[in-house]
Amino acid sequence: MMAVLAPENHGLRLAVRYLVLILVAAIFVLPLLFMVMSSFKPDAQLLNDTSSLRAFLPVGDLTLENYREAFDRAPVRLFVLNSVLVTGVTVLLALIVCSLAAFAFVYMNWRGRDVVLSIILATLIVPFETIAIPLLLIVSKLPWIGLDGIETTWLNTYRVQIIPWIADGLTVFLFVQYFKDLPGELIEAARVEGASWVQIYWRVVMPLAGPVIATAAILKFLLMYNQYLWPLIVVQQEQYRPVMVGLQYFFQLDTAWGEIMAYLTMITVPVLAFYLVLQRAFIASIASQGVKG
Amino acid sequence: MKRLLMTSAALTAFGGAAMAQTEISMWYHGAGNQVESDILNGIVSDFNESQSDWTVTVESFPQASYNDSVVAAALAGNLPCIMDVDGPVMPNWAWSGYMQPLSIDEGLIEDFLPGTLGMWDGELYSVGLWDAAVALYARESTLEELGLRRPTLEEPWTGEEFMAALDAARDSGNYEYALDLGMNDQGEWYPYAFLPFLWSHGGSLVDRETYASAEGALNGEAGIEFGEWWQMLFEEGYAPGTSEDPADQTRGFIEGDFAFQWNGNWRAVATMEEVDDVIFLPAPDFGAGNFIGGGSWQFGVSASCPNPEGANAFIEFALQDEYLAAFSDGIGLIPATSSAAAMTENYAEGGPLAVFFDLSNDQARLRPVTPGYVVQSEIFTKAMADIANGADVIDTLDAAVDEIESDIEANQGYGHE
Repeated sequence: MMAVLAPENHGLRLAVRYLVLILVAAIFVLPLLFMVMSSFKPDAQLLNDTSSLRAFLPVGDLTLENYREAFDRAPVRLFVLNSVLVTGVTVLLALIVCSLAAFAFVYMNWRGRDVVLSIILATLIVPFETIAIPLLLIVSKLPWIGLDGIETTWLNTYRVQIIPWIADGLTVFLFVQYFKDLPGELIEAARVEGASWVQIYWRVVMPLAGPVIATAAILKFLLMYNQYLWPLIVVQQEQYRPVMVGLQYFFQLDTAWGEIMAYLTMITVPVLAFYLVLQRAFIASIASQGVKG
Repeated sequence: MKRLLMTSAALTAFGGAAMAQTEISMWYHGAGNQVESDILNGIVSDFNESQSDWTVTVESFPQASYNDSVVAAALAGNLPCIMDVDGPVMPNWAWSGYMQPLSIDEGLIEDFLPGTLGMWDGELYSVGLWDAAVALYARESTLEELGLRRPTLEEPWTGEEFMAALDAARDSGNYEYALDLGMNDQGEWYPYAFLPFLWSHGGSLVDRETYASAEGALNGEAGIEFGEWWQMLFEEGYAPGTSEDPADQTRGFIEGDFAFQWNGNWRAVATMEEVDDVIFLPAPDFGAGNFIGGGSWQFGVSASCPNPEGANAFIEFALQDEYLAAFSDGIGLIPATSSAAAMTENYAEGGPLAVFFDLSNDQARLRPVTPGYVVQSEIFTKAMADIANGADVIDTLDAAVDEIESDIEANQGYGHE
């Protein structure tokens, strides 16, 4: 017997569904709201408001003083620029390198392909913390030929924050999975037409890879923008410090919470901007592949 | 012409060499603290201008991640010449080979507070321009209202008097809690602030003679008595526990929610601005003496420093009273000498914080001077939090002792004879 949904039941279900969605949205939005609102409040008021809903509202003595103090306490612009530079370059290079690797794994036949792919995917289960110290010892003695001649270490540079993070198993995996789902006939047709592998990669495959590029870019962006441990141990000069290490400038014996909220609000802007640019493709990719962000 | 050019080149090279100052790198933990950075940069600038042999360059790090940066740099062989080090951490860095003993004129440090001198293995490895101290914050009006005697350094409250004061505060119904201990800050605050209570009960984190064992020191009769007293503070509602809201910890005493607060001198100035009749009382004596923790940030020289004479010259230069006083006026900490204290606003005789200088001089005891302290402090912190949250006292202290013993054994006794 087929159940018939009465109009009032349908309305109730809709209401429950929206209620659940609103609650879930609130869980994600309220901390952000608290951060932004608190960034405009003096410390005493901020701390007093934490015990009530006032914490999420623009009420009381609102001021930009926390932002001014944050700029006085730390070189905020420098930290944001460093993070954006390191993150941007890494994301760009990662998209190129990892998609090329995935292209070779999916479309080209070569001996040991499956074994190499398995090894790369196995790196997904290795926590970075376990290789941080060996990697530190390597980069501290690694030579480099630059504009200033031969250097004997990678410490205190941008490259030490970029190069070790370009290739990673997750990004390769995302591209491999996506490329596998593209119609093989396209590649075969291009081969028949005499296209080279490079032409197929650049003119056939990559133009179709928008969703996975967006997904990989966002995941890589978040990973890089949130870097803390690695820059902490390889960078000892303020001029190369990223935003997350910069956050530590605000934790003093007498912590100024309003300044911390102002700093966090400012460093969140690039993340939101990047996500907003790519969100449509990101959602399309999740919908098609079930990738969790 | 050729001869003229060569002569000119030779003169330039010679003159350059004569003028050149050798660079001495220095790391400091004060990034984000503009006042502290300005004072340090002033000292560095004065030093660089005062002589022609050395030029010190400073790289500042945020305090919260400073130790991790130093350890990573030590592994990578990238330490600076001069580094600052937190007093209780120094033995670990000296034992690990990161630091070398200082070779400064010891006459310069004769009058320094004991907590400012970092000794390891019989040698001076670090020296601080200031010390920090903890006191029992109270209001004069609270003592009057509750009919309590004002304790002094000479005659501090006994354990019974202290508990009677807490009882009076609790029974008055005027306070949310009788005492605030800052339990939400589960970092170095725990051993710094709470080890003195253990010492005052007659216990210790490790055997302070040999540093080879914690058995009987932490979990002996005195340690258990301390643990039970500690747990009682929370079970009977005298003090907020580990889930204390940071906002309450910051504002609670100022707003009158707590009758007493166990707090550091770095909060004293801010508290005085809002509480007219705040007074700073010495630690109570539970029978084995009254103590507070000693040892703050100090300057040392790295083992890999290629120019230790320059590094030592800078440290000697920085030990002048005017700089000790400048740091104290700037960041509120206790100047290392009484002559520097006399030059400060807060610590001069009759000054509002002068009591802290006396507390530091008379009551301060260093946390265990052993490389193993960096591990032991974390074990102690966890044990104190667990006991405050209701864990069995004896089991918890025994487990802590086992952990400490294992660590000492794994590190072959940390170099103690």
